[in-house]
Amino acid sequence: MSQPTGPAFQGHAQKQPAPPPDAMEVSLTINGSRKTLHVAPWTSLLDALRLHLDLTGTKKGCDHGQCGACTVLVDGRRINSCLTLAVMAEGRTVTTIEGLASGDALHPLQEAFVEQDAFQCGYCTPGQICSAVGLLEEGHAKSDDDIRELMSGNLCRCGAYPNIVAAIRQVMDAQPAANDGGAS
Amino acid sequence: MRAFSYDRPDSVDAALRGVAGQPGTTTEAAVKFVAGGTNLLDLMKADVMRPERLVDISRLGLDRIEDTDDGGLRLGALARNADTAYDARVQARYPMLSKAILAGASAQLRNMATNGGNLLQRTRCYYFYDTGTPCNKREPGTGCGALTGVNRIHAILGASDSCIAVHPSDMCVALAALDAVVRVSGPKGERTIPFADFHRLPGDTPHIDSSLAADELITAIDLPVQGFADHSTYLKVRDRASYAFALVSVAAALKMDGQTIRTARLALGGVAHKPWRDPAAEAELTGKPASLETFREAARVLLRDAKGQSHNAFKIGLAERAIVRALAEAAGVEHS
Repeated sequence: MSQPTGPAFQGHAQKQPAPPPDAMEVSLTINGSRKTLHVAPWTSLLDALRLHLDLTGTKKGCDHGQCGACTVLVDGRRINSCLTLAVMAEGRTVTTIEGLASGDALHPLQEAFVEQDAFQCGYCTPGQICSAVGLLEEGHAKSDDDIRELMSGNLCRCGAYPNIVAAIRQVMDAQPAANDGGAS
Repeated sequence: MRAFSYDRPDSVDAALRGVAGQPGTTTEAAVKFVAGGTNLLDLMKADVMRPERLVDISRLGLDRIEDTDDGGLRLGALARNADTAYDARVQARYPMLSKAILAGASAQLRNMATNGGNLLQRTRCYYFYDTGTPCNKREPGTGCGALTGVNRIHAILGASDSCIAVHPSDMCVALAALDAVVRVSGPKGERTIPFADFHRLPGDTPHIDSSLAADELITAIDLPVQGFADHSTYLKVRDRASYAFALVSVAAALKMDGQTIRTARLALGGVAHKPWRDPAAEAELTGKPASLETFREAARVLLRDAKGQSHNAFKIGLAERAIVRALAEAAGVEHS
């Protein structure tokens, strides 16, 4: 039986696809490593991560900015990687789910998602966790209702929302500059 | 997505050279600016917009929020929506604007979307997005799918036989109520556009959203000194509690003298092709006591020419109640 072919299956065999005819050079820092890519101007940052860099942790859900599965951090801020172009990320620092852990030590939010059973199928989870990292960095959430509101850009079709809120709450409460409590 | 070429200028002059000589308005232009990209790239994936070239303006600066000499605030066109909403001066002096911005989109999108781009976002009409259906806004002269189709989210004010689409922005509703001014750079230098004149009604040219020319760039949005911080609010009514476009939204701002209304601003979103303001409704409030009766009368005046389509007549009653509630909240009047 023949192996499936096509760009989606070439990640390991061919790390860097041949530059397309209109390719542009983009240099950016991804999860701490400096990378130079050759991508077409219309390549989304999401497709660059998945197809050109083999970083398939970031997921393509809707590809229209409605589901949040593609959430990554650019210069520390959470964004939808499906709605920005790879060429627009020139010189930026991108952090994906693959870049959150330190070696074998998980990021506190990754730990909390495991402890709180904050996922079922797992497809939305990388986006949920990157979004939650951004949320904590922004520092505007004070209550569970704030978490729900500020995580509304991340959908979970399995409906793990209560546990996702609990996981974020757990890390928020453990932070040194903790919020003023007041669960609501 | 269709192929296009891409350029990343590093100055306003270079960006303007990139669009120089383009006729018409920015809506129709073949060379487009991109900054946040949250709406434009989505529409390009849907094949609704087909620019031949994108000029990336995200490295131009223009992202600061600064006090103006007359006591107002200048919002850089390229400041992100989130940075604008959480700016301490915006929160303290223009809380209605902060609330409106935070009522829109998601945290990720607000981190990407810019102030200038917010003004230029396109309608969310289903037929505009669906290239398999007629749409006078997308393909002039083809007809309007919404008029005889599913039109629950559509306009009740200022619509035409050509188009019943609504402008989707929350931020713009607050900016309309605040009498903001749009600062623009073009081949002839700078000009300013009063907010009320920036967006337009559809008439028989619904493919044109705004008065921004195809060779112009928004550089800033100026807020006048009067921010109505003591008596204002933004109320958004939608199908979900978060991350949904408005069915009806209301920016209500009052200047009070005791219980008497001295100045009133009222702008509605989700009901028309542009943020809807009506001088007659605001005059109806001026000099009157802040009471539910006064607010109901103002709502009646504002909605006097409202016209429902087959699925959205509910918006007229919804708008009336939303106006009364928003004004009551702004005035601090008990409302149940």
